[in-house]
Amino acid sequence: LQLPDYRVERPSGAQALVVARGGGVAQRLRKALEAIGGLTHYVKPGDIVLIKPNAAFDRSPLLGATTNPEVLEQLVRMLLEDCRAEEVRVTDNPIESPAACFAKSGIGAAVARAGGRVLLPDGNAFATVTTPGAEVLQQWSLLLRPLHNVDKVIGVAPAKDHNLCHASLGIKNWYGLLGGRRNQLHQDIHAAVSDLALVVRPTLTIVDGSAVLMRNGPTGGNPADVKHGDALAVGTDPVALDAWAYEQLLERGPQLPGYLYEAERKGAGSVAYADRMREVL
Amino acid sequence: VRLIAAWIRERQLRRLLRLSNVRLLSQAFFFAAFVLSVWATWTTRLQGYPVSRLLEIDLLVFVSTALSTGFVYRFLGWAVVVLILTLLFGRVFCNWICPFGTLHQAVGWLFCVRKPSERWRRNQYRSAYRHKYALVLVLLVLAGLGALQIGLVDPLSLLYRSVVTAIAPAVDWLAKTIAGAFPSLNGVADDLIFAPGAEQRVFVGSFWIGALFVVLVGMNLVIPRFFCRVLCPLGALLGACSRFAVFRINRAVGRCTDCNLCLTRCEGACNPHSQLRLSECFACMNCLDDCPEDALSFTMMHRDRQQVIPEPDLGRRRVFFALVTGLLAYPLLKHNGATTITKVSPQLVRPPGSLEEEEFLQRCIKCEQCLDVCPTNVLQPASLEQAGVEGLWSPVLDFNLGFCQLKCSLCSEVCPTGAIRTISVAEKLGAASFAQAGPIRLGTAFFDLGRCLPHAMEIPCVVCEEVCPTSPKAIQTSDVETHTVFGERITLRKPFMVPDLCIGCGICQYSCPVTDQRAVRVSPMGESRSPQRQLLLDRRIIPARRKPV
Repeated sequence: LQLPDYRVERPSGAQALVVARGGGVAQRLRKALEAIGGLTHYVKPGDIVLIKPNAAFDRSPLLGATTNPEVLEQLVRMLLEDCRAEEVRVTDNPIESPAACFAKSGIGAAVARAGGRVLLPDGNAFATVTTPGAEVLQQWSLLLRPLHNVDKVIGVAPAKDHNLCHASLGIKNWYGLLGGRRNQLHQDIHAAVSDLALVVRPTLTIVDGSAVLMRNGPTGGNPADVKHGDALAVGTDPVALDAWAYEQLLERGPQLPGYLYEAERKGAGSVAYADRMREVL
Repeated sequence: VRLIAAWIRERQLRRLLRLSNVRLLSQAFFFAAFVLSVWATWTTRLQGYPVSRLLEIDLLVFVSTALSTGFVYRFLGWAVVVLILTLLFGRVFCNWICPFGTLHQAVGWLFCVRKPSERWRRNQYRSAYRHKYALVLVLLVLAGLGALQIGLVDPLSLLYRSVVTAIAPAVDWLAKTIAGAFPSLNGVADDLIFAPGAEQRVFVGSFWIGALFVVLVGMNLVIPRFFCRVLCPLGALLGACSRFAVFRINRAVGRCTDCNLCLTRCEGACNPHSQLRLSECFACMNCLDDCPEDALSFTMMHRDRQQVIPEPDLGRRRVFFALVTGLLAYPLLKHNGATTITKVSPQLVRPPGSLEEEEFLQRCIKCEQCLDVCPTNVLQPASLEQAGVEGLWSPVLDFNLGFCQLKCSLCSEVCPTGAIRTISVAEKLGAASFAQAGPIRLGTAFFDLGRCLPHAMEIPCVVCEEVCPTSPKAIQTSDVETHTVFGERITLRKPFMVPDLCIGCGICQYSCPVTDQRAVRVSPMGESRSPQRQLLLDRRIIPARRKPV
């Protein structure tokens, strides 16, 4: 069993990475998606779309540990109304109890308001997936049931500090689709996270910088750990997107987290983002 | 003709509205309420519904907790309603309200089909039925001395415990298995099952709870209403009260032909065919239907000794024996060394909001409502090793199975007796007005360095640090330059514990990849509820520091 490649060719002239600044969260998302070629270019009428937010923790959205529900609500609306997607599913395999995580993070309610469908994981929802070229995730259990018949996949991640792998951004977000003994992956975390960039080849990745968890990640818990910003980035190259977010949102570098270099080596993208990005205000 | 038709219609209506049918309706209502309360006791469904109300109207819970604690907690006063009902109509609770009684009756009705003569014999009073009165006396003496043990045999505690830990997980497993085969049923299954959106729940030792339940229910095939007639301590308490009941079954002796048909479906074995035993009668009203001479009625009558035996069949010697047994059982229970000030099981971690152990045990009725509502399955019925005989099946946290979810205080909401007092999430976390008191600590996590990957094997890990939810984290790391077995120089992050910050939520233990005996484990040291088990002389103020990499 292998996951399909969900990538879509960018329209000519669109950059691999678009950053929108200013305005409200919803406006930024709209502007960024326009600048990368329009969401309708990537999602066609009748598509089934899976959105993977970070709903790992039972935390209020203000604490920056989970994906901003406003972004999700706007995205689901755009997918259903502008793109006329047939169905928008939202799923995650959180660290804390799924029902509570989706409730307290505000993600469950936001998705429901916009007309999307939240799928919670259970024991039957997982299956082993093969990923050629991956080091440690070559054969690994994945939250597969929500991916059944899906045409497009979009990751929506917050930007977070992470002690062991330095940062949890767009690529690390796919960790939430993993099942099995995923607590073993920390023994070779950079190999595992860079593998994720091969396991899931998403249509689009979104990193939201409205509430950046600067320290005590990935759990946070203290509003003082959160930096409020006005940037949101959309990318078709998740490696470039994460490199940008690491430097611009988490304000770290120039040495990037090891997994980004490894992902580049494995052919998932390129860390050099400077001349492949566009900023819109 | 019209008159005759009207007469027939009225007769039909009266037949339809006869007391035994009204009783059936009441039973159906309360049984449905019971099932619904178990269904609603789940993190996504509990929205202030009074899911513990059936336990809160339990007169035995009311009386025994009042005896053991000296006061009446929260809604337990509702039991007075049942007391009033009993003083008016006798033991109606047993056959009109109690869902466990309904279950016994239904099982007997469905599976214990016998010839009428055999049924008359089995539905006559037997001296074995007096044991429940002795049992309730022992339990009440224990409660009065401060050891609450009613939970083991109280019908509602027993029913909730059995359904929560044994039946509900089995039902969920079955429903999920069927839904797994027919994916279109997934949505329906999620609405019906008891714990949707969670892994299959497991409860340690539920086999024995389930086995006891099956045996008690199965005994109906040997002795009808075995539990209700022989064991039920709540029934015994209500039976003792029903001697004062205003209404009772009355036999018009002149009309009675001694045919014994009234015994055919008698639930309580209260001898309506001769001297009615008031304390045994469940007011099931079946005898009214079965009497061919209309000699029986449920009416306001005197308790004359010619016709009724008002008091339980327990002589003074037996009462004395029961009281002495209770008196002797108390030191046996208390002093068997399971939990003392200096000796406590390292696995005796109690839910957030639990009172100090002594007071906790004075309240816990082992109904497992807290286990049912727990979203992570961390709450488990305690084993003998963990809590001793006294604390058997009381709630403990097993962090190999789950963890205490940070922003959750549901177990404290559903606890009917206040063994876990009602706390808010703010109080649990020590937020807002609770900042001075600090968070509620369940214990402290300790590293087992010999099993820890970075400490013992020079292999990177620190999953524990990653999931630690406090801010600043109670598990922090220090970087150590070292050589791997291949001679490669690496910087290894080694975790260490900051006990001042640990709240004992156990997510570190739950997430530790050393699956069997975890390399980090929470024990009750430092738990807020126990002054004796504090670890630190002084809690240091830890700065929120983390140097960027």
